[in-house]
Amino acid sequence: MIFLWAFIVGGIICVCGQLLMDGLKLTPAHTMATLVVVGAILDGIGVYERLIDFAGAGATVPITSFGNQLVHGALAEADRTGLIGVVTGIFQITSAGISAAIIFSFLAALVFRPKG
Amino acid sequence: MEEKQTKESMEKEAYQKVASRLEPKRPIFLNCLKAFFVGGFICVIGQCISLFYLSFFNFSEATVGAPTVATLIFISVLLTGFGVYDKLSQFSGAGTAVPVTGFANSMASTAIEYKTEGYVLGVGGNMFKLAGSVIVFGTVAAFVIGVIYTIATQQWGGM
Repeated sequence: MIFLWAFIVGGIICVCGQLLMDGLKLTPAHTMATLVVVGAILDGIGVYERLIDFAGAGATVPITSFGNQLVHGALAEADRTGLIGVVTGIFQITSAGISAAIIFSFLAALVFRPKG
Repeated sequence: MEEKQTKESMEKEAYQKVASRLEPKRPIFLNCLKAFFVGGFICVIGQCISLFYLSFFNFSEATVGAPTVATLIFISVLLTGFGVYDKLSQFSGAGTAVPVTGFANSMASTAIEYKTEGYVLGVGGNMFKLAGSVIVFGTVAAFVIGVIYTIATQQWGGM
């Protein structure tokens, strides 16, 4: 069942992105930035966590979860150490995604040749 | 002088009209359908990967997100290197751009593309050309929300 909801919720988030690109004629970069901020706000008001419980990877795979994780790390650390935790905790959870993207991209640049 | 300016602005208006008339109509419904199925499919793959990590490794529901995302990024970078991902993204638009694989694709493709300019200035300097905006706006938004949360809950800590 979680597979079906992952498919539907993930698909809907992608449709939102497509509507931003086609309907409002935003560039992909603007669309991604908008979605990340929306994800951050949704986690700030406590909605995104429930969406993850409900849809699993349907909510964690789209880029909105990046905003969600940034806020999540910041708030968790703020709970422990106060205001300074907002700054120290922001990348705590997203670290896996950012590090993996940097490392694998660099290795790809070593191995693959540019086309054309 | 004024007359010239009004003439110029009129020409611009006329150009805008012609340009908007000649711009190909975007098939919004079809694009959304493609984005829905491709995006949903990528999320199902993510769900399969997290199920794999949950059942074979020592991860909980809360911690399984990180290895899942890292694996998806690895697959996406590999597909980008072989040139498959770019073909797929031409077909599906936001369906491949919105999942975290699109984020990895934008980084890997710029890293490979700028290889010719050297590793430091080319690869290192341009890797975040497209992905940077996501990180910048995400971080600023998270900071603002975090500060509001701290003020609202009065947890100043050491400050």
